[in-house]
Amino acid sequence: MSGHVLKLRSDLAAKIQAHGMQTYPYECCGAILGLEADGAREALGLLPLANRRDDSPRNRFEVTPADVQLAEKTAREKKLELIGWYHSHPDAPAKPSEFDREHAWPWYSYIIVSVQAGQPREMNSWRLQDDRTAYDPEAIESSANRSSI
Amino acid sequence: MAVKVMIPTPLRAYAGKQESVEVSAKTVGEALKRLTDQHSELKKHLYSDDGRLRSFVNVYVNDEDIRYAQKDQTPLRDGDTVSIVPSIAGGRES
Repeated sequence: MSGHVLKLRSDLAAKIQAHGMQTYPYECCGAILGLEADGAREALGLLPLANRRDDSPRNRFEVTPADVQLAEKTAREKKLELIGWYHSHPDAPAKPSEFDREHAWPWYSYIIVSVQAGQPREMNSWRLQDDRTAYDPEAIESSANRSSI
Repeated sequence: MAVKVMIPTPLRAYAGKQESVEVSAKTVGEALKRLTDQHSELKKHLYSDDGRLRSFVNVYVNDEDIRYAQKDQTPLRDGDTVSIVPSIAGGRES
C-alpha cells in the first residue's frame, strides 16, 4: 500500500460526479484545490474546466497551460494549493490508462470517476510513482462538510 | 546570463524543494540542461526517453511560449524568468 490519503468532502465528490454526468459521453475535467500539511492532503474546492480536446472528447481530455495557470492563480487567491486534477472515464473503469500515465507528474492527485451509461459509478484517486512506471492508489476519505470555498 | 527557472510544485521534490533555481545560460535549452544537470531526478519528468521535452511540458520565457519563439534555442537575457507549465491530459483506454 502506498499510504496516500486524500480527504474529500461529500459535496465535492458529488460535484465531480455531476460534472461527469453533465458532459457524458464526453470526458469532463477540472482542478482540485486544497491543502497539504505533514503529508495529510485535503481537497477544499474544485475548479471545473472545459475539455479542450475537441477532436476526441469521448476518450481524451486536455487542460491547456493557460487553464493550468488560471487554476494556480485561483488556488493562490483562496490561499490554497493546486493539489490535483479530476476527469471522467465514460463507459470505462476509474483507473488510469497508459495515456494517462504518459501525461502525468508525480505529487498531483488524479481523481478519475467512471460514468457508465450516463450514471456515475466508482471514483478513485491515483498518484504517479516517482519512476513514472505506474500509479499508486490514493485512498479517498470522506471529510466533514465545511463552508464551501 | 543569470536566469531564474521556476519549478512547478509537483517537481519541487526533485529540485531540493526549491521554488526556483538560478542558472547561468544563453538559451532555454542550456538553462534546462543546467537545471537537470544540477537536479538529475527532474529529467525523466521533463524529457521523454528520446531526449525531447515531453509533449505536455510547456516552457515560457517571461510570458512567451518558446514554441512560438526559437524553441530550445530561444535566447535568454540577464534576469529572465523561465517557467515550466504542464498541460494536463489523459483519457480512458481507446
